[in-house]
Amino acid sequence: MSSDPSRRRRSAHAALAAHGEAWVWLTGGCLALAMAMIIGLLGYIVSEGVATFWPRPLELLELADGRRVLGEQTARDQAPDGGGRRLMRTANFELTGKHFEWFDDAQVKTATTPASATVVERLEGGRFHGFPTRLLHGEEVLAEGADAAWKGFETRHPEVRRRWREAWRIDKQDRGELQRRLRAARLAVVRAELNSGPESPARAAAAAAEEAIAKEVAEAERLLDGRTTELRTANDGLGLEFATGSGESVVLPMAEIVRAWQPNRLSFTDRLGVYVARWGEFLWDDPREANSAGGVFPAIWGTIAMTLIMALLVAPFGVLAALYLREYASRGPVTAAVRIAINNLAGVPSIVYGAFGLGFFCYVVGGSIDELLFRPALVADGQPTFGTGGLLWASLTLALLTLPVVIVSTEEALSAVPNSMREGSYACGASKWQTIRRIVLPRALPGIMTGLILAMARGAGEVAPLMLVGVKKLALDLPIDGTFPFVHPEREFMHLAYLIYDVGFQSPNSQAAKPMVFTITFLLVAIIALLNVAAIWIRGRLRRRYVSQQF
Amino acid sequence: MSIPPSADPSAQGPPVGGSPDRLAVVAAGGQVPAEVHERVRQTPAVLEIDRFNLWYGVKQALHEITMPIPYGKVTALVGPSGCGKSTLLRSVNRLNDLVPSVRISGEMRLNGDPIYDKRMDVIELRKRMGMVFQRPNPFPMSIYENVVYALRIDGESRRAVLDEVCEKSLRGAALWDEAKDRLGESALGLSGGQQQRLCIARAIAAEPEVLLLDEPCSALDPIATGKIEDLVQELRGRYSVLMVTHNMQQASRSSDYTAFMYLGRLIEYGPTTDIFTKPVLRETEAYVTGRFG
Repeated sequence: MSSDPSRRRRSAHAALAAHGEAWVWLTGGCLALAMAMIIGLLGYIVSEGVATFWPRPLELLELADGRRVLGEQTARDQAPDGGGRRLMRTANFELTGKHFEWFDDAQVKTATTPASATVVERLEGGRFHGFPTRLLHGEEVLAEGADAAWKGFETRHPEVRRRWREAWRIDKQDRGELQRRLRAARLAVVRAELNSGPESPARAAAAAAEEAIAKEVAEAERLLDGRTTELRTANDGLGLEFATGSGESVVLPMAEIVRAWQPNRLSFTDRLGVYVARWGEFLWDDPREANSAGGVFPAIWGTIAMTLIMALLVAPFGVLAALYLREYASRGPVTAAVRIAINNLAGVPSIVYGAFGLGFFCYVVGGSIDELLFRPALVADGQPTFGTGGLLWASLTLALLTLPVVIVSTEEALSAVPNSMREGSYACGASKWQTIRRIVLPRALPGIMTGLILAMARGAGEVAPLMLVGVKKLALDLPIDGTFPFVHPEREFMHLAYLIYDVGFQSPNSQAAKPMVFTITFLLVAIIALLNVAAIWIRGRLRRRYVSQQF
Repeated sequence: MSIPPSADPSAQGPPVGGSPDRLAVVAAGGQVPAEVHERVRQTPAVLEIDRFNLWYGVKQALHEITMPIPYGKVTALVGPSGCGKSTLLRSVNRLNDLVPSVRISGEMRLNGDPIYDKRMDVIELRKRMGMVFQRPNPFPMSIYENVVYALRIDGESRRAVLDEVCEKSLRGAALWDEAKDRLGESALGLSGGQQQRLCIARAIAAEPEVLLLDEPCSALDPIATGKIEDLVQELRGRYSVLMVTHNMQQASRSSDYTAFMYLGRLIEYGPTTDIFTKPVLRETEAYVTGRFG
């Protein structure tokens, strides 16, 4: 032991650095910071997104200037001097021209929560807030008084909604089907004309067939008309009269009311019921009101379909390319250059892929397909089939975008397969392809799955290229549905990530859309997480099966 | 044989003290004749290595190796690290073809068929040999599929044939009793020694003409090593075995013939008892008794 104290102190400092205590703190701190940011972001999205559909109380404010306003408090600012102001969702846009309004605390004389205050979600025109007064059927008054009218509404509304839904389904599905038949017949005429000439017997036959189908369709339409008229007449005249906070009287047709609830008298379980019902609508219904209300089912469907098709396209393509690069290509400057080029592809801005997808897939490939196979449609109504954005082109574009990720990670996985396994296989008399197929690929599969997971996560959250190659603000015809041939790769579709942009930044009523944005984001993150968890589960199984835990 | 037989070792007497040290000559880059005992030549050979040279790029790794490998016997290759034992072994089944910079001259013949002939199909050639590597390398599949791998790649799918070969090979590799109840489980769950015996089972499943063992015990503990050595004893007679080893005791216990290599040259080659008890060269004696290397 040295007796010189200064030397001992210095060596103690040196020992601290040597033990790496500082490095533990630095690395751990960086990880903690990253975790805090990720958890903070996810937590914010989840907390905001989950709360959107929870029914909040309606407050009746009496203001100093004598106005009375019925609204839902959505935000509150606290001023440093003790005063504050609140943002109320006042609804009733057609009466006031506003959806939301700020009120200073000083303005507010009293704030009460009357039991019969009602929130109404309508098909059009946004929300309505008011007190029910009378239940009407034409001129006839079915019930009078807040409670009686509400009770009457609650008993009749489900039946009215059922009739409305049936009429809507007839309009959308049955009439859509008839229109498709009519269009197919018309296209058959054009095809016959293109193939055999305008005077040919084939064209005449097709024209006759079209006429017959047109007659059939007209007959079917008349039947449908009868049914929808019947349904709509049954709903007509049924209305609920409301008094707004300021006392105006408004009659809402019952068929226009999607859902109504009286938040101030709901018990916890009732609130939960409303909450679940609104989530149900969100997940399973079509959007209303420029996507700012209703559901996002077409977008969920579109997102999942596109991500899965993209994965199906990119996986074989990327894996085969990586196989050649790692197993067959001879090492040299060309291979190295190709590898660098692939790595650089991952850095190309995604909008460039979108532009390429539009120019090449939609216009060149899609245009050629239209010329070759869908010429009648092109001639008949100038409508491209494949020559415009669609699910297939969007999936292909994203497959291209995520290809570098898959190639690079597959190469990593292949190079991680021990050479001793390849040699063992060759020594058994296996050919190169047998070795790759039976030994190398199974062993590399978990690593390849990792690349695919990364690619799916990246692709599912991409917006910019999709705007160019097939994602639309509203596309209610699903790209995969029950209509023959079930998969419609040429159809335009909706996508959750694009919906975030559209609802959040293109909506006329952005304040009301804000909670929807959080909910959609939450949903998108949840879907990506679900896809990833599924892929990770598969990877875990493969890893247990093919990769040793020994050594 | 193309080279003249050397004198009978017993007639030559004890190692000559006055001649220059052959290993020093080799280390200086010179050539020395290989001492191949007469008894090696008298046994029928399964594999003949004839004036074989091999280069990795510009570096020559094997120099004029000429040695017959006796039929149905165990032949051990010994020598210090880097002397070319494994390279020679991997040249027999042409695994070195996979290394891009390798160049060879000379010839090898498996039961008379020239291995390096242009018309020789490498895949078919490898099917006639079995090889076991330093580290156990079971494939990522079940024990059963590991054993019948060579048959599978030949397209054999009759269950009865596969079952029979699997049992026979596992019995031959002394693994049947341990593995018979878990044939469907992953081979990666076996212990290191079991994995190596599985690799031997895999190598003998296709009835190879030669079995190549590349230091099969170097990654194993003493008990597993003992089992593999016993196994090699049992394989003697049924298979022709060419085995690389670092372990002198292993060579003396398990092999019928021993070849001593140094820096890519064959120095002395003869019956194991002669090599270990009365070698022709004092260099060999020095090595096998542990005074050198």
